[in-house]
Amino acid sequence: MSDVVEKTLTALPGLFDSQTGAAKITNRLRQLIKSITELTSKHEEENLIKQELSAMKEQVSSPNTTMKQMREIMVRAMYCEMLGYDASFTYIHAIKLAQQGGLLEKRVGYLAVSLFLNEGHELLLLLVNTVLKDLQSTNLIEACMALTVVAQVFPKDMIPAVLPLVEDKLSHPKEIIRRKAVLALYKFYLIAPNQVQHIHAKFRKALCDKDPGVMTSSLHIYLQLIRESPDSYKDMTGSFVTILKQVVGGKLPLDFNYHSVPAPWLQIQLLRILSLLGKEDQSTSELMYEVLDESLRRAEMNHNITYAILYECVKAVYTIHPKAELLEKAARCIGNFVLSPKINLKYLGLKALTYVVQHDAKLALQHQMTIIECLDHSDFTIKRETLELLFRITNAQNVTVIVEKMLDFLRICNDEHTIIHLVGKVAELAEKFAPDNSWFIQTMNDVFSIGGDLLQQDVPNNFLRLLAEGSESKEEDDQLRLYAVDSYLTVLKGHTSHLPQCFLQVMSWVLGEYAHLQESVDQREVIRLLTQLLDQRSVSSETRVWILSALTKISEGQTDLILDLAESLSSSQDTVLRQQAQELRHLSQDSQLHEWALPRGAPWDGIEVDSSLSFLDGFVSEALAAGAAPYKPPHQRQEELCEDRALNLEPYGFSLPVSLSSCSITDRQSPTLLSVSSGLSGNSTELSQKAGSSTLILEGVKRVWGKDGYLPQKEATAPPVDEPSAAVQPPSQQEAAERIEPRPDPSTQNQDKQQLASSLFVGLGVGSSMSLLGKSEAPPLRFRKKPRPHESSSSSSGTSERSSDSSSRSSRNTTDSFLYSSLLEEEPAASISAFDHTPKSTTANGLAQNKDTKEDRRANTSQILGGDMVIVRPSTIQDKHPPSVSSDLTALLPADLKDLPHSDVISLTSDPSLSLSSCRLFRDEALLLVIFISNCTETVIKDVAVQLTCEELKTVSLRGSVGSVHSLSLGHCPQQTSSVRPLVVTTEEYGKLWLSLSHDVKQNLKLLTDAGDPLRTTLNALKDALQLHVVDIIGSEGIVACRLLSGAPCLLHCRVNGTALAMWLRSPHPALPDCILYHCQRALAHH
Amino acid sequence: MIKAILIFNNHGKPRLIRFYQYFAEDMQQQIIRETFHLVSKRDDNVCNFLEGGSLIGGSDYKLIYRHYATLYFVFCVDSSESELGILDLIQVFVETLDKCFENVCELDLIFHMDKVHYILQEVVMGGMVLETNMNEIVAQVELQNRMEKSEVRTFLNSFL
Repeated sequence: MSDVVEKTLTALPGLFDSQTGAAKITNRLRQLIKSITELTSKHEEENLIKQELSAMKEQVSSPNTTMKQMREIMVRAMYCEMLGYDASFTYIHAIKLAQQGGLLEKRVGYLAVSLFLNEGHELLLLLVNTVLKDLQSTNLIEACMALTVVAQVFPKDMIPAVLPLVEDKLSHPKEIIRRKAVLALYKFYLIAPNQVQHIHAKFRKALCDKDPGVMTSSLHIYLQLIRESPDSYKDMTGSFVTILKQVVGGKLPLDFNYHSVPAPWLQIQLLRILSLLGKEDQSTSELMYEVLDESLRRAEMNHNITYAILYECVKAVYTIHPKAELLEKAARCIGNFVLSPKINLKYLGLKALTYVVQHDAKLALQHQMTIIECLDHSDFTIKRETLELLFRITNAQNVTVIVEKMLDFLRICNDEHTIIHLVGKVAELAEKFAPDNSWFIQTMNDVFSIGGDLLQQDVPNNFLRLLAEGSESKEEDDQLRLYAVDSYLTVLKGHTSHLPQCFLQVMSWVLGEYAHLQESVDQREVIRLLTQLLDQRSVSSETRVWILSALTKISEGQTDLILDLAESLSSSQDTVLRQQAQELRHLSQDSQLHEWALPRGAPWDGIEVDSSLSFLDGFVSEALAAGAAPYKPPHQRQEELCEDRALNLEPYGFSLPVSLSSCSITDRQSPTLLSVSSGLSGNSTELSQKAGSSTLILEGVKRVWGKDGYLPQKEATAPPVDEPSAAVQPPSQQEAAERIEPRPDPSTQNQDKQQLASSLFVGLGVGSSMSLLGKSEAPPLRFRKKPRPHESSSSSSGTSERSSDSSSRSSRNTTDSFLYSSLLEEEPAASISAFDHTPKSTTANGLAQNKDTKEDRRANTSQILGGDMVIVRPSTIQDKHPPSVSSDLTALLPADLKDLPHSDVISLTSDPSLSLSSCRLFRDEALLLVIFISNCTETVIKDVAVQLTCEELKTVSLRGSVGSVHSLSLGHCPQQTSSVRPLVVTTEEYGKLWLSLSHDVKQNLKLLTDAGDPLRTTLNALKDALQLHVVDIIGSEGIVACRLLSGAPCLLHCRVNGTALAMWLRSPHPALPDCILYHCQRALAHH
Repeated sequence: MIKAILIFNNHGKPRLIRFYQYFAEDMQQQIIRETFHLVSKRDDNVCNFLEGGSLIGGSDYKLIYRHYATLYFVFCVDSSESELGILDLIQVFVETLDKCFENVCELDLIFHMDKVHYILQEVVMGGMVLETNMNEIVAQVELQNRMEKSEVRTFLNSFL
């Protein structure tokens, strides 16, 4: 136990006497604390607390306990809970205190509640009434307490109960109440954004509050709102700038000064808001240049907090549209940070540099010596941040040094999280910039042995894919593979027991595939080494499956060894192993079968895969007919799971039996597949879940295994784009030397550092030519990966081929439903939601009410632009010939809609008297559905009542004046692509945006080769079909951009690749690329 | 957002624990233990920021701490908070404690845990920074204290 406390405890009695507050410490609490501090072991403490708790239990249930005692018991309970002991029996009493007690009791009660109960706790329900009462109380303190507890623990479903009252508090005369109310509303916004949608106007009022404190609180909300959609708040830039100007200018009361800096926290908030607003927006940025300059100037370096402001300022300057003068000043500021002797500032300086080098790599050059010092710093945090910075400035010339530094760090690091994080980066760098084969293989060996089983699965997957797919020249690929085989044989000859499973799996796969390349090594030796691994106890059963698969591949001609092995495994406990052993035996005895099943060195594109899984259609329809539930992709399942938390009263549907045949060895090409089959029982479901956010991964299958295969990629061997880098090397070194020169008499140690510097920062000074895709593509890549299909596609290939729970049809449906659901999520009020065919979404946004509208048929231009913007207008066509799906119908469009791009007019339905046709109009912010109603009879229709049942929009009933009701069914769903809009950006903006997006998908598409310029033709075809915006076409590359109605952008990068179009899509939305890709494919197929 | 505020002494004994995000009881204790482990092995001359790591929610989270004599004040925050800003907020909080308790020491925190909570509530509310102005915080706390005194007085009056 703590010596210090013990010592001070001896002085306790005197302390209590002297302190006035001491009287309130009741004996029990004092005793408890005192006896706890006197204890020597955890065990004794446990016993003591147990006694204490049981005593408390007795006390709380006794009717004689006074309120005051109750208060004191609560504090004791809090103390016990803080030490980690369960005092849940007091929870209900805490609520009682809050309900019944006077102010003091309430205070303790509320505090205890907010400490004890989490948001989901059921007891909270008991508190609602009390909180409501207190919110209405005229007592300031009661209202404050209620607001605090509301912001602290109230869950989503209890917000509506208190919301009106909290809202009222926004106009409370006392500023402290207003401030707390604003924060409570902010909390509500975080938990349930739609519930506070209607009070956005009040947020504005709070921003304009006369009390600066309330205004400060409202900035929390605005920061969040602007982060979510900066475009909606551009108009407020002026206000924020004015506020910041006033604050910086010292217009606030002196009270708000902190160390004579005016309201620093407020400044920080404002700077963040401004940087979000000014990002990639020149005109908005221009508004704030002046105030940023002022802030940079005003913040004199005298206190920590001014540095906090400066740091935000610098970040803002580099985030918004650049202005040279400001950038220069900000760069100087960063220098001050980095060179500061204060370690905290150095840390922030490094962070700022890390942020800034993406825009200006030269800045790192200026501070290279400091960076190198930081690399050897004793502080773990600083070191890590430095490596992060180095990671950002890595190029082909400094990669070996930087990776070495990272590996050094990793070897002494024991924080799991850091290891995973950093090892992934090393792998990424190695793949991108590896100077030669042996270095690459060696580095990856390090990655696998250091990262071990912490590694994220995609690191080994990518590595194997790289080996397997190779580049254009077979010779080079084989060399790389040979290196790998040699290196692994060496590793396996040494001690293997400490090697991580993931490394063993990689090795066994590579040996299985490529051991035959190494002619100087006896295959028997390889088999012996692998068999040895099987005998080790530390090897997991999953790894055993990998090893066995490898053995199966190289078993040819070594029947004697293999039979022994198969024999010994046939009694294994593991059924999967046993089965594999069985297969192994069969294959080794039948060389013809072996040759057929596992052809050696077969080309990658030799395997034909029916990506639509059409061979399963029969099975699926049979199962559906038998009552099986239709397939739902995982994300949909997840959503539904979240939705129906409530009790499910309906009987469970019978689930589709999953038939997974386990012919694992027939597919020699897929490393991950082997693991799929290994975990046939449990693993498979997990894998298919992991395999993707949607069934679209099926297409991933095609991408890897497709008929067309991979066409040779030109970049792989073409002269590197950045050839000048070699030529540029000297100047950058020179520059480095120049920087160093003025230093007096460099010691040898210094020289070492300079050497390190020149190797670390080499190639940085070059204004590296931004390629279309920005920097990530710029450097010469040694290992150019083939377009990477969807994550873990190879595993999905296994599942999707064999599992029968999906069909091509369901894949299509999910694509579509994704688009719907994503739209719904992001823009609940959008018009498209009215067209959704899933009932749940319509009820979700309250658009399900029917529209009953009467119209004069002659009122040509009348539009019903209701909340959902459905336009219904009767057509004046007196044409007797029914449903004329003619383009002249479009001539009837109202003038303001005429110029919009529109789809063809589609006849929806007709009967002898009426015909309905529709046309989609693409407005920037919405999709308009225009419905034409044509009278096909001679009689003049006096009155048309149109009833649109939006719920599913499949039925539209029309009532004519005749009194008869025509119910026409509308068997048409609007096309999903209707919600895609062109995104007009410049090439430069595109490059920036590209870098900021995370989810990417690559695939080869068909190229329309019938015209002179295939790329342009193809892109134009896509543009017409999908409403894309072709940003630029340079040589054989083209960039295209589009966005969803709701604003989520999707960038497409296309490159002609022989007769295919290599398409690379990126978007902030995980499933959008898949979706767009799917529609591109369809558009091209229809073309 | 501030995810948690932990105060413990040089031996890892918790003195005040306030989570603004729900963690199960045993998880809380583990977080306290590991945070102490991380923080206590750091020298005084290194920086006051630490990656929270897998502890409390990924690399987005940071531990920002200050060490005063026998106590560590650790704020666990996400990336939306300014590091130096929080560092000074800790200072404000401690200065406020000092003002309210007159030369605050560890014992004050032990024996007046509830009071420290009340003060903290005026600084941070539900994970959001409510007030950074020390005078304002002290004023709020005193308002509550007055209420306490007045209650004692009415209690005594009822006997007279």
